[in-house]
Amino acid sequence: MITLNINGTDHPVDVPGDMPLLWVLRDVVGLTGTKFGCGIAQCGACTVHVDGQAVRSCVLPVAALDGRKVTTIEAVGQTAEGKKIQEAWLAVEVVQCGYCQSGQIMSAAALIAHSADPSDAEIDAAMSGNICRCGTYVRIRQAIRQAATGKPVGAQTIPNAGGAL
Amino acid sequence: MSPFPDPSRRAVLRGVAGGFTLAFLVSRPTKAWAMISARPQPEDAAAAAADGNPAFAPNAFIRIDPTGPVRLVMPNAEMGQGIYTAEATLLAEELDLGLDQIAIEHAPPGEALYATPLLFQQATGGSTSIRSNWLILREAGAVARAMLVSAAAERWKVDPASCTAARGVVTHAASNRSASYGELAAAAQRQKVPDKIALKEVKDFKLIGKPLRRLDTAAKVDGSMQFGIDVRVPDMLIAAIVTCATVGGKVKSVDDRAARAVPGVKDVIKLDDCVAVTGAHFWAAKTGMEALEIDWDLGPNVTFSTDSLFKAMDETSRTGKVLVARQVGDINQTGKKIEATYQLPMLAHAPMEPLNAVVHVRPDACEIWVGTQVPTRCVAVAAKITGLPPEKIIVHNQYLGGGFGRRLEPDSVALAVRIAKEVPYPVKMVWTREHDIQHDVPRPGYLDHISATVNADGMPVAWTDRVTGASVAARWVPQALRADGFDQDTTEGADDPPYDLPNLKSEWAPFQMPEALPIGWWRGVGPTHNLFKVESFLDELAHAAGKDPVEYRRALLQKNPRALGVLNLAAEKIGWGSPLGLRMGRGVALGSPFGSHICAIVETEVTPQGEVRMRRAVAAVDCGFVINPNIVDAQIQGGLIFGWTGALYSRLTYERGAAQQSNFNDYRIMRLNETPPIEVHIVASGEKPGGIGEVGTAIAAPALANAIFAATGIRLRSLPIDRTQLQQDKSAAKAVISSVPVPEARP
Repeated sequence: MITLNINGTDHPVDVPGDMPLLWVLRDVVGLTGTKFGCGIAQCGACTVHVDGQAVRSCVLPVAALDGRKVTTIEAVGQTAEGKKIQEAWLAVEVVQCGYCQSGQIMSAAALIAHSADPSDAEIDAAMSGNICRCGTYVRIRQAIRQAATGKPVGAQTIPNAGGAL
Repeated sequence: MSPFPDPSRRAVLRGVAGGFTLAFLVSRPTKAWAMISARPQPEDAAAAAADGNPAFAPNAFIRIDPTGPVRLVMPNAEMGQGIYTAEATLLAEELDLGLDQIAIEHAPPGEALYATPLLFQQATGGSTSIRSNWLILREAGAVARAMLVSAAAERWKVDPASCTAARGVVTHAASNRSASYGELAAAAQRQKVPDKIALKEVKDFKLIGKPLRRLDTAAKVDGSMQFGIDVRVPDMLIAAIVTCATVGGKVKSVDDRAARAVPGVKDVIKLDDCVAVTGAHFWAAKTGMEALEIDWDLGPNVTFSTDSLFKAMDETSRTGKVLVARQVGDINQTGKKIEATYQLPMLAHAPMEPLNAVVHVRPDACEIWVGTQVPTRCVAVAAKITGLPPEKIIVHNQYLGGGFGRRLEPDSVALAVRIAKEVPYPVKMVWTREHDIQHDVPRPGYLDHISATVNADGMPVAWTDRVTGASVAARWVPQALRADGFDQDTTEGADDPPYDLPNLKSEWAPFQMPEALPIGWWRGVGPTHNLFKVESFLDELAHAAGKDPVEYRRALLQKNPRALGVLNLAAEKIGWGSPLGLRMGRGVALGSPFGSHICAIVETEVTPQGEVRMRRAVAAVDCGFVINPNIVDAQIQGGLIFGWTGALYSRLTYERGAAQQSNFNDYRIMRLNETPPIEVHIVASGEKPGGIGEVGTAIAAPALANAIFAATGIRLRSLPIDRTQLQQDKSAAKAVISSVPVPEARP
């Protein structure tokens, strides 16, 4: 039995130690926001935070996580950086199919937690491990800048789907 | 033995009814086909009953209950293109609702209620959704609104014309009375359905045309959105699968002792072409699957390879039967003849969500949870496999983690049903990325011969084009083929270019793929293949004439103001003609696919090592009437990147009948650090809407290839780009320093 601290709650799980965190999250704990994309740490869809660091959960054996704090997309909005990133993501409407976006947001939140106002090169370094097949990269860059600066970057959507109109 | 079937068998595949093309607007369907409608259809009562018996269900899209949000049923599938938001906007606009007052539902399978007129079936593809449904859905909203107003007027005994509606409330201002749609729902259901209904004028739009936030994105940024792969039902186990690497191979024997010993493994299920391992979680199932020892019968396709494919296609292109797509004028003109051969690879789709399906086969019914572009095709395959009647197949569609044409096929659902049929519990089958790429229904390869005769000014006076490739439609929608078997998709984008080409002949030499390797639709379909060739070749002609590629196109677009408009706009916005550095260049490409007009201009640098570094891109698009400009902008950006990924990296190759690529390490996808700034300029237009989901993809590769030519003087006539050709030592003699390079000598 391994005890995982996920989003602030301890979860005892009876799984093999070499089982990647991704499948424990999705199929054992039932947190399906973290996605399976490639299984070989090539696409970043499975990105979560371990002690605040962005890591690829598809290749991370759970045995390595004893005493570590795991944060997933379901709880990243409770951090200041995660909330800022999610809000910017919606304001500039990054998302298309959305399947990769949990991972994108986890990578971006870790980036601005470590570098409050990242340079282009820092954004490239932090985000080029996350593939988006819909091609949302231009807006990902825009949203990270917006989250970092707190100022609108580029065209903004009208929130509440026009409820105020 | 050749893996390629005898082309004389083609007659078997020939369709019966000609005249309908996949991607262009066709004549209205005859009444023989039940189609989506703004008004009640015979099947509506059953659909409403199955959808919670709403108090008011005036058609297949609108459900109004006494309390709660208005429920809107989406006829198309949401795979990232924003169709749920766009279709909800059309309904809500005429229904006088805010998008914050609605809830979205996936449509159940049902041709009679949800068949898309342009595709003659319930399917999402070919950039047809808005083109098909934009007026039907507005009318559906307007019909519902009229019946709600009529119910209020009846209650208050006033003239309906004296009532107004806004944000889900009908008001009679003169008597200061109002009632919510929920309060009026039961009475509205009893009102007469109006035969004729006026739609709003553009000036009265509250929702249409505004950059409203999408309805699906809030749940996609906090992890709560449920995709097909996220479905969990009670007592479900997870299945991992393996099939023969060689397409069409069969299982000879299986030693499953090691697999069954893996902790968490429940069952090993042997089918004739697949072995599945179920377990408590995917890790157990996959570990078990990898422990299987299987002896395969590789079958008849072991001789299939990419080399044999293109050799056979070359043979067909020279000696095979040819069908004429379109011929105008007389191609026998005097002048200099310029010819080129273009080649495009087979491609995998690689949506980020690997294929999956949850299936529960019970004695009385089969229940399926899957994200699909073709719900009724999923019903059909499940009915056939289970022997159950179609009405006992229940498909719950889901949000799609990318489609791109891959989810226009029900093959993965069929496999999941075959597995689930062997066990009493629900099974979630999840494909590994490796299986997803190696067992795709790939985009076919193409081999095209194109030529032009040019006059003394270097302008084309005759144009010929022969496409060689396999038909997707012959299998997928055989009724779309012309009586002689011609498939319009194969030449779409090549047979009627936007340019003034009065003497043109466009042909298709049909090619047969091995039966075990069906080929499928890929984002941008015919135009993605053909625009690369047409726009690259036009660039060749411009350079052969010593003319600027933008000026050359302008001269040929004098009769086509919308296409000329996007060309001029893009050229202006990028600053066409301004100086660039060494080994930098700009490339232009223009096309009119899917009822829209698009021009893309790419500015790129090519390093001395042959690496392509895009610096900037501008796209101008005229897609007619715009429902949500933010979504149009996103589709162009993403479509371009999808197309550039193809141009830079994508190629699915085969040896011994097996795909050679397997995951994102060898089937690369463009990444953020490779993405240039992209500006999208939308032309304001009152024309009917064109498609938008694929136009960026279709125009991406030729703009990039033309920019690479401008930077290096090297013409790339096959994709993906060959970096070794672009290395400096091979191109130094031709390197140019402006965006208008020295004309390349052509034979």
